Amino acid sequence: MPANLDELKQRAKAIRIEILKSTTEAGSGHPSSSMSAAEVVTALYFGGFMNYDPKQPRWPDRDRFILSKGHAAPVLYAAMAEAGYFPKDQLMTLRKLGSPLEGHPNMNRLPGIEASTGSLGQGLSIGVGHALAARVDGKSYHTYVMTGDGELGQGQIWEAAASAAKYKLDNLTCIVDRNHYQQTGAAEDVLNMDPIDGKFAAFGWQTQVINGNDMEEVVTALERARAVKGQPTCIVALTRKGQGMLKLLAKLSDENFHGKPVKPQDLDEAIAEVEATA
Amino acid sequence: MAGASSALQSKRAIGKATRDAFGRALEALGGDYPDVVVVDADVSNSTRTEWFGKKFPDRFFNIGIAESNLVGIAGGLASCGKTPVIASFAAFILCNAYDQLRMAVAYPKLNVKVVGSHAGISIGEDGASQMGIEDVSLACSLPGFVVIVTADEASTNAATKAILDYKGPVYLRTGRPDVPKVYTEDSAPFTIGKANQLRDGKDVTIIAYGLMVASALDAADELAGKGINARVLDMHTIKPLDREAVLAAARETGAIVVAEEHLAHGGLGSVVAMTLAEAQPVPIRYVNLGDSFGESGSPEALLEKYGLTASKVVEAAEAAVSAKNA
Repeated sequence: MPANLDELKQRAKAIRIEILKSTTEAGSGHPSSSMSAAEVVTALYFGGFMNYDPKQPRWPDRDRFILSKGHAAPVLYAAMAEAGYFPKDQLMTLRKLGSPLEGHPNMNRLPGIEASTGSLGQGLSIGVGHALAARVDGKSYHTYVMTGDGELGQGQIWEAAASAAKYKLDNLTCIVDRNHYQQTGAAEDVLNMDPIDGKFAAFGWQTQVINGNDMEEVVTALERARAVKGQPTCIVALTRKGQGMLKLLAKLSDENFHGKPVKPQDLDEAIAEVEATA
Repeated sequence: MAGASSALQSKRAIGKATRDAFGRALEALGGDYPDVVVVDADVSNSTRTEWFGKKFPDRFFNIGIAESNLVGIAGGLASCGKTPVIASFAAFILCNAYDQLRMAVAYPKLNVKVVGSHAGISIGEDGASQMGIEDVSLACSLPGFVVIVTADEASTNAATKAILDYKGPVYLRTGRPDVPKVYTEDSAPFTIGKANQLRDGKDVTIIAYGLMVASALDAADELAGKGINARVLDMHTIKPLDREAVLAAARETGAIVVAEEHLAHGGLGSVVAMTLAEAQPVPIRYVNLGDSFGESGSPEALLEKYGLTASKVVEAAEAAVSAKNA
């Protein structure tokens, strides 16, 4: 089914705004790492790529999304609230004691979370487990895993990549949120993993490199991934960390914006920028 | 010296290695437990999961020498309703993949059965790098994990069924060499969290797991000749500890020996001492590896050198009884 691009773009904006509001309310969290992934997560949940039922979050035939870069939990929570897993006002309880919206996703606290993540490099292996379970059970669900680019420094990613190729897991898609920044600087400077697509291809994956902040490219890439047979797919989504509030970040000259929420006095400006961004 | 034999030289009949018993039990139970899947990090012919793999090839995956990925995949399979059994050397699966056990299994409380084979110095000639001597401590530090070490073939057979029936994360340690039979039947009494009292006694209690249970029984025989009446507990479940059995032992015998093929720190000795210190302090002595790696050598020579023998258990029991009577 062709996704309605305008509607998806509007949803991505709404999700970005919820990311900003919830992290500013929490006073901590990773809005910039969440905002880079907004198009991909929006497309997955609202572009017709995942079958799910918020009323039955453990429905065995559902498609899965595993957020390996667990610090981007706010984008996942915002998408889940938009999808109806829980009321939107609950987003404002992010990171507060007693809230199921923990700083990093906890599958035992929030139905609909597919894996507890937050220690980097592990999500793709868990996704391989989901994909193998589908095979053992003769089910046709698809498992999507999103990793960060800095996260590719973890060797376990490549263990998982090799095992997914060995078992020809065409029911598995890995999306690398290539936002170019990790905790202490540019991902290329901390540990250069280029070419990322070349590495996955060398392990036996189908690969695509796209503009991950362009909804049309994201939708097209996910459609192609679904059509691949006999091998897993990796989509390297080239994104901008903090996409949607780049002008604000430039104005604040905040070169190290990893893991920092927008200050309350800057929130309106950030939201206005998201709304004004095409 | 008479009666001072090592575990492997016990006068008791020698049975199969616990890894063999586990492998046969898993193979035999595979048909009754259709949700069981086995993932292997290319050591299935050592851990014995290969027997399951040959019988149920559609439920067996060898993902190569990659313990971190192994544990992560198991977490994914478990969250889809499977009962993954993953086995590797105890040293590798606990030490290499500890964060994965913590994040992908323990934190989400998933139904994964982690089996660590080749534990302890009794693996022999391969040496220290292959010897899991801290695995019990590490597994006990994983919130929500059940931690089991079986003494022989029969108890391993029973434990394998018990852990498949149990819903939740479990660590089961197995060993490489053939070990003396502690239980005479094919299947031993086995309830997770409930110690088996193998011998009653009033002067001292020897609490042991793994191959040290046979040594404890041999030691009890020798102590009887010296007029010391020793109770013997097979503490096959280290976590959750059978607190009642430990407190009753302290109350009724007044002295405790803990014998284990493990480092001193964080093993059963630590757990028992913590329990007694809080509720029923009595003299306690330990037989373990102390704070030391092993080395290459025959299993018998290593057990002798590192003091994991019936005679060391006897000495410890005599010391505990003396302290009680001092």
